[in-house]
Amino acid sequence: MKNRVLVAEDLYLLRDGLVHLLQAHGFMVVAAVESGPELLKGLVELRPDVSIVDVRLPPTFTDEGLKAALAAREKVPGLPVLVLSQHVEQLYARELLADGSGGIGYLLKDRVFNAEQFVDAVRRVAEGGTAMDPEVIAKLLASNARDEPLAALTPREREVLEAMAEGRSNAAISQRLFLSESAVAKHTASIFAKLGLAPSDDDNRRVLAVLAYLNSR
Amino acid sequence: MPAKGVLRCSDRDAALPQTIGMLRSFGRILVLLALLVLEVPAILLAGLMLLLTFGMGVVFLFPPQVMMVRRLAELNRRLMRTWTDIEIEPPYLPKPPPPVPQPDGMYRSDRTLYKTPRIPAWNNRWKWLLSDPGSWRDLLWLALDAVVKPLLVPLFIVLPARGLRLYAQWSELLLGATTASRLAGQVSHLKRTRNLANDSQAAEMRRIERDLHDGTQARLVAIGMTLGAVEELVDRDPTAAKALLAKVRDASSETLTELRRVIRGIHPPVLAERGLADAIRALAMDSPMDVTVDIDLAHRPDAPVEAAVYFAVSELLSNAARHGNARKATVDISANGPHLRISVADDGMGGADPSKGTGLSGIERRLAAFDGVLALNSPPGGPTTVTMELPRVLPEHWAGELNKMPRWKTVAVVMLWATAWCPTMPQGVVAGVFKVVGFEEKAWFLALHLPEVWQWPTILGMITVGLIMHVLAIRIPAAHNRERLLAGKPVAKVLC
Repeated sequence: MKNRVLVAEDLYLLRDGLVHLLQAHGFMVVAAVESGPELLKGLVELRPDVSIVDVRLPPTFTDEGLKAALAAREKVPGLPVLVLSQHVEQLYARELLADGSGGIGYLLKDRVFNAEQFVDAVRRVAEGGTAMDPEVIAKLLASNARDEPLAALTPREREVLEAMAEGRSNAAISQRLFLSESAVAKHTASIFAKLGLAPSDDDNRRVLAVLAYLNSR
Repeated sequence: MPAKGVLRCSDRDAALPQTIGMLRSFGRILVLLALLVLEVPAILLAGLMLLLTFGMGVVFLFPPQVMMVRRLAELNRRLMRTWTDIEIEPPYLPKPPPPVPQPDGMYRSDRTLYKTPRIPAWNNRWKWLLSDPGSWRDLLWLALDAVVKPLLVPLFIVLPARGLRLYAQWSELLLGATTASRLAGQVSHLKRTRNLANDSQAAEMRRIERDLHDGTQARLVAIGMTLGAVEELVDRDPTAAKALLAKVRDASSETLTELRRVIRGIHPPVLAERGLADAIRALAMDSPMDVTVDIDLAHRPDAPVEAAVYFAVSELLSNAARHGNARKATVDISANGPHLRISVADDGMGGADPSKGTGLSGIERRLAAFDGVLALNSPPGGPTTVTMELPRVLPEHWAGELNKMPRWKTVAVVMLWATAWCPTMPQGVVAGVFKVVGFEEKAWFLALHLPEVWQWPTILGMITVGLIMHVLAIRIPAAHNRERLLAGKPVAKVLC
């Protein structure tokens, strides 16, 4: 079970809250840090199964956390990192996804409110999957609004695409959209055909292909 | 092009254009002399009007008199500008602003109150014309011009081009801008842009206040009330309390979304985190259009400049997508010396009009704080190109343009400082002291080796030369800095 987790957050209350939440769900918090340099050191030395990282950290309070996460992933390819932020930007999402190796999450801080979904996202990232905030996906789709293959999708297929881009598996999608798993599989096959992507059975690779498609536009 | 130089017989190929140039100069001189027909009556009329104004108190004749002289002076400035390369800037002080009514609706002028603005405005205008040195310099120019022109006639005949230039220089002497008038112009320009900047900032603050008051604050009140209800219910009806708590969670999530929108309007987080280049790239990604971004800046500009540019580009891109129905756009930001140049082009249907809608005028107001100008080219049918320039907002050392003098001046100043001591002190003062005291020693003091009659003139000459060198060494950089200061005059007019 992958449950060694590192938390990087400068606000004490939120950091403490995250630690309690994760411990309550069976994770083991190996370190809780509050600045960029500490985070980079912790990521490279402790190699946690998953880290939860705030974008803005001391000392500069700019994108310290994001930079540390990217630097650590350069040293340790595929190191799972879940980035939390008060706002989401396609720019950051693209930077995180750029190496195409998965194990990436990018969520709004509000998503912590829903403990079940949040812990689910943490587990997914720890296992090498992706967890993209619905708002990132909404922005991606909005900026691709004039893309013809996307416009050709049916509303249902669009919903499936959104859920898939967020990083959900077929099983999770079927649960969320109240569809059977086989119906979801049919929709995904149709989406892949319409977008001209090579079909793949592997959930994770499939998600990355969709994100790469959306990002390339 | 000014016609320069004298006709040379050996230069056959150049002879024809030079003859034409000379004929043109003669034509211009004839026009100048013909203007005397206008000027002489104007001088007499102006003299009469001044006499009536100040001798008999017919004060309302003064403004038309000044305006008449100004018109003649302006004509002369325009002619000199087109005929020679001498640009004569008008020296007038800025017009007084229109009178502002008091809270009770009355207009005040000194110690009198008026119901309409007409009389205070007239008073202000009278004072403005009377106190402007430009009015009196114009008058002096007009009076002397009638003498100067006939005096220059011999030169006009022999060397027409030279004569024209000399005449232009004479005009510039009395009609050109003075340091005081330039500074007054700068002050009034700065005052206007400062007011604009203050106004737009105040408007922004009010908008943010409204957003926070109507949105975030109201939602927080609702959350607080619901939590109160939960507190009451929690023992009696835990299920209902739980349902309410879920509602509170949703409400807090909505509040955060709302707050994010407000923050984006104050200062976008990407801009704070990454700077202008990445913030514009993020804008481009969020746009439904295919936006190409090309940013060529060595460093980050100041934060207020970044914010102004960001909001301008953001507004232009959203206009292009929403109203212009564009599919492609390019954003180009580059440094042109210390000036920042931004251009946003799209392939939309064009026909953008700053007078419709507040978007473009809002951008202009924001840019005005930095003396920025906006040029819009949007023919119906497209494409639309908006070019903005913010002068002198980048540190000058970016462009390698330090507060630097030309090399020859620097070399001259260094040489002067290095050598000026020699004639002043040893060859001048010390030699003089030796002579006064009657010292036998001649050492290397040039003056003491000369015959007796030449000794004092040489010593005094040395001291004079040395002092002149010192003065030059101080004056050259000082004059350079003054020119730089004056060169910083407002660039172009603000489009508002």
